Amino acid sequence: MSIFINSDSKVIVQGMTGAEGQKHTARMLASGTNIVGGVNPRKAGTSVDFDVNGETVSVQVYGTVADAMAATGANVSVLFVPPAFTKAAVVEAVDAGMPLAVIITEGVPVKDSAEFFTYATEKGTQLIGPNCPGLITPGQSNVGITPANITGAGKIGLVSKSGTLTYQMMFELRDIGFTTAVGIGGDPVIGTTHIDCLKAFQEDPETEAIVMIGEIGGDAEERAAAYIKEHVTKPVVGYVAGFEAPEGKTMGHAGAIVSGSAGTAQAKKEALEAAGVKVGKTPTETADLMRAILNG
Amino acid sequence: MDLYEYQARDMFEKHGVPVLGGIVATTPAEARAAAEKLGGGVVVVKAQVKVGGRGKAGGVKLAKSPEEAEQHAEAILGMDIKGHTVHRVMIAQGAQIEQEFYFSVLLDRSERRYLAMCSVEGGVEIEQLAVERPEALARVAVDPIVGIDAAKAAEIVAEANFPADLAGPVADAIEKLWTVYKEEDATLVEVNPLVKTADGTIIALDGKVTIDENAAFRQEGHAALEDKDAADPLEAKAKALNLNYVKLDGSVGIIGNGAGLVMSTLDVVAYAGENHGNVKPANFLDIGGGASATVMANGLDVILNDPQVKSVFVNVFGGITSCIEVANGIVGALETLGDSATKPLVVRLDGNSVEEGREILAAANHPLVTIIETMDGAAAKAAELANA
Repeated sequence: MSIFINSDSKVIVQGMTGAEGQKHTARMLASGTNIVGGVNPRKAGTSVDFDVNGETVSVQVYGTVADAMAATGANVSVLFVPPAFTKAAVVEAVDAGMPLAVIITEGVPVKDSAEFFTYATEKGTQLIGPNCPGLITPGQSNVGITPANITGAGKIGLVSKSGTLTYQMMFELRDIGFTTAVGIGGDPVIGTTHIDCLKAFQEDPETEAIVMIGEIGGDAEERAAAYIKEHVTKPVVGYVAGFEAPEGKTMGHAGAIVSGSAGTAQAKKEALEAAGVKVGKTPTETADLMRAILNG
Repeated sequence: MDLYEYQARDMFEKHGVPVLGGIVATTPAEARAAAEKLGGGVVVVKAQVKVGGRGKAGGVKLAKSPEEAEQHAEAILGMDIKGHTVHRVMIAQGAQIEQEFYFSVLLDRSERRYLAMCSVEGGVEIEQLAVERPEALARVAVDPIVGIDAAKAAEIVAEANFPADLAGPVADAIEKLWTVYKEEDATLVEVNPLVKTADGTIIALDGKVTIDENAAFRQEGHAALEDKDAADPLEAKAKALNLNYVKLDGSVGIIGNGAGLVMSTLDVVAYAGENHGNVKPANFLDIGGGASATVMANGLDVILNDPQVKSVFVNVFGGITSCIEVANGIVGALETLGDSATKPLVVRLDGNSVEEGREILAAANHPLVTIIETMDGAAAKAAELANA
């Protein structure tokens, strides 16, 4: 088992014909992801060849997400679309009824994210990202840019705002392995949250323990801590980055009122610890805490 | 990016929000000329700093004549307000204020929508009001797709208990402020105070606006709003090289890839520093995903030019970034610098092409470079070298 993606996931790539899209489609194919199509209205009917471990794999390009879904039964879309066009691409995926859209694009204006998140929520499409590495269920499906060779399948679930910290933590715990590792992204407005992942990992029978990585800003970690206290019975270890980070842009007085928390690393760490989560001081210490729990 | 009050005022004016005349000045003579241009009557000389509490610090003064405006500008320019030097003042038209209100609209991260806040009690510390008398501050959720239309503006003023005679004009001002928020890709528009003058007009007297830098591609005017004189010279150099760099106060230079890992590196160095004279990180520098040898070398160039740096910690987990590029960047930068490179480098590489990367560094065998395989171990070494 796993969360959100598995070997049955049929993935299309919006923006597959661009440079980033091509590079990462090749990597996803190489790690075993079932990529069933790409989308580009100007190149509909063509196909793109990828070299996958020495063999040529041809991926069909469709004019629209709806066409690609009709032809392939795709149930996941991953987006490598430039920021100026991301909102339109997400709206297209939502209108086509795509169940899950993973938005890798960095630099999306927050107004666009707020609008497409609201729209997707109304229509029932789950979003991951934007500005995220995507997610990987090792050995089954890799949607996004996570390196597939860090570690294999195992019993830990991982959720993180940060891409490279996800990789670092997978590397630290490569001896145990992961059910699914989800990089939810660090933008102010994201689709899937820490809480959504905690809930899914709690319900996933193969996930035995959860690593949660947070960083300064917002109050997502504090909310996740409250959720863990109420709903998560599996062991959770945490790591928070940003104790030494320079104070971010002040949002004026109004910002502090809304977040209801200082948004500091210290506040997040304390909230997690109050919920019974063990929090490591470094990624390595965090991994050791997890190892100690699993090895009893 | 936070804007100065005068920039917010100009933006309000552009979108039809009622404001008073205001002219920015950088010298006392300009201040006097501005006061004359505004009619020669009563003006307010206001320090332009991106920090609150300037009134208490003496950064806001009433002037009854252009001469007095010049004198006040003389006193205020160059003043230090909570660590911010005043480089500009705004000469603002005077007004007879009868009542003060509060309005803001901002991104509500937790709810992933917008929030409008409004109160008939303005001109006060709004955070204090929110804590002490939360019922006096109306909070109204705003749907990002619908925004603040006439109906929503009416709902906001009703929630805030505006009297009937003010509800209409205040709602009009709120609709225009929403236009600013939407059209300018703002994440915060705050007016404190929004005032009613003696002749009954509603005016946005002081504005705070934060704009979303991700929207720069469709906001051509925003580049000009950037605060060039506030940047640290090393930050300016890094920016010119397209590097994501922030100067800090410590002595361990940091280069890494990915914002999360670099932030974590700062923490791990400070933690290791507890055993080495409390040394701290000297900077944040994220070379980003898929960085080339050139980017790596540029980063190293910026950091080695920081006189506060005593040692450097290069911490890379190669996802897309190849450790080969990182290693080549380090070797290349050290070759270019030659004898002028004197600071020790601790390098920790993992991930994509790690073996090849380490081999490149080992083959170069540069006396300043130490390779350490773990992040915690490398942080301890870098801290130790900075404290030597």
